[in-house]
Amino acid sequence: MSILVGDHTRLVVQGITGSEGSYHTAQMVEYGTRVVAGVTPGKGGQTDANGIPIFHTVAQAKAETGANTSVIFVPPAFAGDAIMEAVSAELDLVVCITEGIPTADMVMVKSVLDGSGARLIGPNCPGIITPGQCKIGIMPGFIHQPGKVGVISRSGTLTYEAVFQLSNLGLGQSTGIGIGGDPIIGSTFLDLLILFAEDEGTEAIVLIGEIGGSAEEEAAAWITETGMTKPVVAFIAGRTAPPGRRMGHAGAIVSGGQGTAESKMEALQAAGIHVCQSPADIGESVLKALG
Amino acid sequence: MKIHEYQGKAIFAEFGVPVPEGYPAFTVDEAVAAAKKIGGKVVVKAQIHAGGRGKGGGVKLADGPEQVKELAGQILGMQLVTHQTGPAGKEVQRLLIEKASNIDRELYAGIVLDRSRGRYVMMVSTEGGMEIEKVAAETPEKIIKEWILPGSELLPYQLRRLAYALGLEGDQVKQGLRTLQALWQAFAAKDCSLMEVNPLVVTSEGDVIALDAKLNFDDNALFRHPELQELRDLSEEDPHEVEAAKFNLNYIKLDGNVGCMVNGAGLAMGTMDIIKLHGGEPANFLDVGGVANAETVSNGFRIILDDPNVQAVLINIFGGIVRADRIAEGIISAMQQVEVKVPVVVRMEGTNAEQARQMLDDSPLKFIVAHSLGDAAQKAVMATKGGAA
Repeated sequence: MSILVGDHTRLVVQGITGSEGSYHTAQMVEYGTRVVAGVTPGKGGQTDANGIPIFHTVAQAKAETGANTSVIFVPPAFAGDAIMEAVSAELDLVVCITEGIPTADMVMVKSVLDGSGARLIGPNCPGIITPGQCKIGIMPGFIHQPGKVGVISRSGTLTYEAVFQLSNLGLGQSTGIGIGGDPIIGSTFLDLLILFAEDEGTEAIVLIGEIGGSAEEEAAAWITETGMTKPVVAFIAGRTAPPGRRMGHAGAIVSGGQGTAESKMEALQAAGIHVCQSPADIGESVLKALG
Repeated sequence: MKIHEYQGKAIFAEFGVPVPEGYPAFTVDEAVAAAKKIGGKVVVKAQIHAGGRGKGGGVKLADGPEQVKELAGQILGMQLVTHQTGPAGKEVQRLLIEKASNIDRELYAGIVLDRSRGRYVMMVSTEGGMEIEKVAAETPEKIIKEWILPGSELLPYQLRRLAYALGLEGDQVKQGLRTLQALWQAFAAKDCSLMEVNPLVVTSEGDVIALDAKLNFDDNALFRHPELQELRDLSEEDPHEVEAAKFNLNYIKLDGNVGCMVNGAGLAMGTMDIIKLHGGEPANFLDVGGVANAETVSNGFRIILDDPNVQAVLINIFGGIVRADRIAEGIISAMQQVEVKVPVVVRMEGTNAEQARQMLDDSPLKFIVAHSLGDAAQKAVMATKGGAA
């Protein structure tokens, strides 16, 4: 079992002819993801190196191929528009990998998204993977194993680190999701925590947060309120980050004493979540939590 | 990106936000000339990218050109220390000479992103001149907020609510409505990430004017604002950070002694954290990014080693899109070009990590190879203490 993506996923790649898009399309196809279409305006009617048909618009791609999920590798200036195109074509899931989208563009995207039935993952994220079934994004597939741990993270490589630790201990993953490092993202910790809580194939959840914002606190409050019983292991990156500075991710900034690693760790601990002090202890902590 | 107050006020003026007459000055002579042009009482204001300038002695009132000469001489070149500059302070290289205002009331207006709602919010308060974080913590009811509809301006009722909450009366109300909308228009047009006017004042003459202007811009949107690039004052930024940015490296200098080179922002923060946990202090944050190659890595290495505090370097690479063997190539070429006197601990995993480790083994250079994240941090911290790892 898994959430959001799996054998049922029929993927359209927006920006399939760009350098990132074409490289990762090949990688996803190799992993076994069902890539059914690509979109590059102006190149409709062609096929890519893997024989995937290319369309001018997402709506055409959906009508012709039955695509239900999109992944976006479009440059930042045009990525907000690409997300809204996928939402208006009524796809179920939109995964945006692009880093560096202006915040004002994402404010507009969010307002369009809120009135729709689509779910957005990202932007500025590695993507989503259900090991052994479907990989959407840029993560190295080979470090993952099918299993029962759900992973939700704001980071890219730190997620790989956590997954690597899990797989080395024989703990496979139900689904792994990078939610993105920007101030405005489509799906939050809480949104996905709810899905993992309901998923029968997920027995434990890893939550990798970082400084900035209050998404970790909101997830903690939900766990307290609902009394969810699945074990959750968390790590918060950025305890050593100086206040007021943007630590790589646009969302990773501590302002006015809010969004600090300490306040997040306290909130999570208060909700009964095991918070790792060291990022090297994530795998072991899950092993212990599963008893 | 940040800019100076006088640059922010020029943007305000462009959008119709009333500001006092004022001119930037880089020398004492320019300051005196500005004071003569304005006439009467003026304020001499140090221009640095930090708040709290008044308390630090960087803002002074002058009766006329004679006194401006004296004060400008004192402030220009001083190391101005405020609660935002750190103990070393910042050297004042520019002044703003501005017409003094007769202040009746000090108010606050600001615009930020409300992350949880995904909307921009305008906040106003009658408690101007104070730190707004303090007002928010102690008397949150004194901050009035209106969230801006995406793609829209502030609606008339929102403006009225804000203006009346500020206690504006008579003709001030009209001025207030215009000014608040103009602030939002400037914010939106310039892709700001933060805007604060503290204080926004009502003068004894009954005018509403912006006495301060703090504007930060969304770095992700700078590509569509070439005009803002010209406002950048590189002397306000750390030279190493400026150098790093040229190579698309994300570098932030810190005070410790373990230099870090990591791919990915989250892992970079995690690596800093684990160094601290093992009793060390990170010397920097450095994310080599998703498109790192031999050249960027080599430049990153040079920048890390330029910091005299660095006593060991920890390289932590988890290959994803970035292939570990390419990073290894960069490390080897960098260490052949730059003389490296400190121990270098390398930990590599992920895509092509095996080839990468082999390349490091085969090179004539000396590395301390680590086998996990925890092991890497421990070895790097030991190395700074002169311990054989």
